[in-house]
Amino acid sequence: MWLKLGQRLVSLMIVMFLVATMVFFLTRLAPGDPAALMLGDQATAEDIAQLRQVYGLDKPIIVQFVLWLKEIARGNLGHSIFLQRPVIQAIAERAEPTFFLALFSVSIAALVGIPAGIVSAVWRGRLLDQIVSGLAMLAANIPSFWLGLIFIQLFAVRLGWFPVAGYGEPGAPFLERLAHLALPATVLGIVNSALIVRFTRASMLDVLSDDYVRTARSKGISEARVVLRHAFGNALVPIVTVVALTAALLVGGAIVTETVFGLPGIGNLVVSAVLRRDYPVIQGALIVVAAVYVLINLLTDIIYTFVDPRVRY
Amino acid sequence: MDTSHLLSIRDLEARFRTEDSEVTPVRGVTLSVGAGETVALVGESGSGKSVTSLAVMGLLPRPAGRVSGGQILFRRRSGEMVDLVSLPLPELRKLRGSEIAMIFQEPMTSLNPVMTVGEQIAESVRLHMGLSQGAAMRRAEEMLDLVEIPNARHRVYEYPHQMSGGMRQRVMIALAMSCNPSLLIADEPTTALDVTIQAQILALIGRLQRDLGMGVLFITHNLGVVAEIADRVTVMYAGQVVETGSVRDIFRAPRHPYTGALLNCLPARARHREDGRRVVQSIPGSVEFVNGGCSFAPRCTRAADICRTDAIALENEKERSVRCLRWRETFA
Repeated sequence: MWLKLGQRLVSLMIVMFLVATMVFFLTRLAPGDPAALMLGDQATAEDIAQLRQVYGLDKPIIVQFVLWLKEIARGNLGHSIFLQRPVIQAIAERAEPTFFLALFSVSIAALVGIPAGIVSAVWRGRLLDQIVSGLAMLAANIPSFWLGLIFIQLFAVRLGWFPVAGYGEPGAPFLERLAHLALPATVLGIVNSALIVRFTRASMLDVLSDDYVRTARSKGISEARVVLRHAFGNALVPIVTVVALTAALLVGGAIVTETVFGLPGIGNLVVSAVLRRDYPVIQGALIVVAAVYVLINLLTDIIYTFVDPRVRY
Repeated sequence: MDTSHLLSIRDLEARFRTEDSEVTPVRGVTLSVGAGETVALVGESGSGKSVTSLAVMGLLPRPAGRVSGGQILFRRRSGEMVDLVSLPLPELRKLRGSEIAMIFQEPMTSLNPVMTVGEQIAESVRLHMGLSQGAAMRRAEEMLDLVEIPNARHRVYEYPHQMSGGMRQRVMIALAMSCNPSLLIADEPTTALDVTIQAQILALIGRLQRDLGMGVLFITHNLGVVAEIADRVTVMYAGQVVETGSVRDIFRAPRHPYTGALLNCLPARARHREDGRRVVQSIPGSVEFVNGGCSFAPRCTRAADICRTDAIALENEKERSVRCLRWRETFA
């Protein structure tokens, strides 16, 4: 097991190196110069050249890459060109709304999607299944920005139950900040539940016709226990996969939803950094997001071993 | 049919809806199993053996399949006779696993892969015998011991994938026996196993049957197995019972031409013949092609015109019954 885990970690390092390489060079492929953007139209060529030197942008690109890798290896993501602070600090400031938004969205999506998928599979072809499948189809096709605007209009403006946008004043109490996430998390939860419903339904249908489900019924246990213990227990692997995948995607920042709700999250940070060619921030944020993504995948693999005793590391 | 039997199935008919029609894989099945008796239900693939056994358990695949006629009378431990066809589902559940238990054909897939074998046995024991979790696990251990699984104390905590096919079938038997059922339905329990393991499993079922005094309905297509374990035999063809009798009578003097043809396929018998092994002529009887008359007539070497037109009833004579118009002429 430890050997396997060690192999796994080595392959993760390789993945992270490849991610870093791609992030660095793809970022540089985009035209535009941060120094010129920063100094504005009035700047002389001399000023720009000087600023480029300050940030090391005058060195050959390979040299820049190696220097950057060395810093990353030490855990230093560099210094933002525009925000006047370390990249790591800029990310940390933005991490909270994104993290909790992802957490709540995935929870809502799973809590809605999994039971709906089970119900749909058990009553396959009946009215209930048709309603659930229809709603899932609808949810899968609703643009999140549109649903977000409707929600803001209805629950924030008309009814006044939730804040319209933003993430509260800096230093506002934790719960007040979280209240700002209610609407966006619900929107993302609904949109993302669609895939979970469909995976759960398909996976349950798969196992419900298996022999051990018949064996379970032959023991005289209740149908609820047959479905929830025997069938669902065996349907879990694909469900865990799709939930983890959803979580991983949301950690990258739901850019559209963050924008609609004015949330100062990672998604917004990256978008503004891209617009300003703030290379260290773009690179740093992408590296962090990729690392979280990889970690979620590792965690998922570990969860598999609990869900299915046949899976071993 | 009298009520002294543990199980008596009368004129059972089951239907399945298919895409655009309805088929009747079982029509007119009449058979009985006495307490402590082993009855073999024999027939080729598609003859309706498994459908009959699933109907007894109320486990026909829903919503496609259903029992559409007949009765399945079962004598409860309390002595009360109940009709399993009309029994409400909650009542039927109380019987499943406790008074009627079933072993399935595929040991590799019939156990839940994500539960330990101990848990799977204990679940049933907790429910029907009202034992605590701890006591139920000890019962599971006892049961594994009973089916001769070595090192039962540790193996209760193993998962099915850690066991061989033969071991898994032993676990299935332990599971079925765990609440002392009075009727065991074994649906081809040895078909998926290799020959040496088959013999062991048969011996095990035979021993437990004698020790615990269960009635056993043993479904198989293997006549060698029948000779070894059964007291009586019921032969099915194309969804109908065509002959019933004691093992002795059936093997010595079959009355239905299909039974005769099946017996001729046994290697031991074929050896006495110059032409070697026999086969039953043409394709197996399909329930979809039958419209009146004897369903075996298209394959029967002795069929006459009358066999193809008239519906044929099961003719009873003492302990035997046969569904053939001409048995007296052909086998007397």
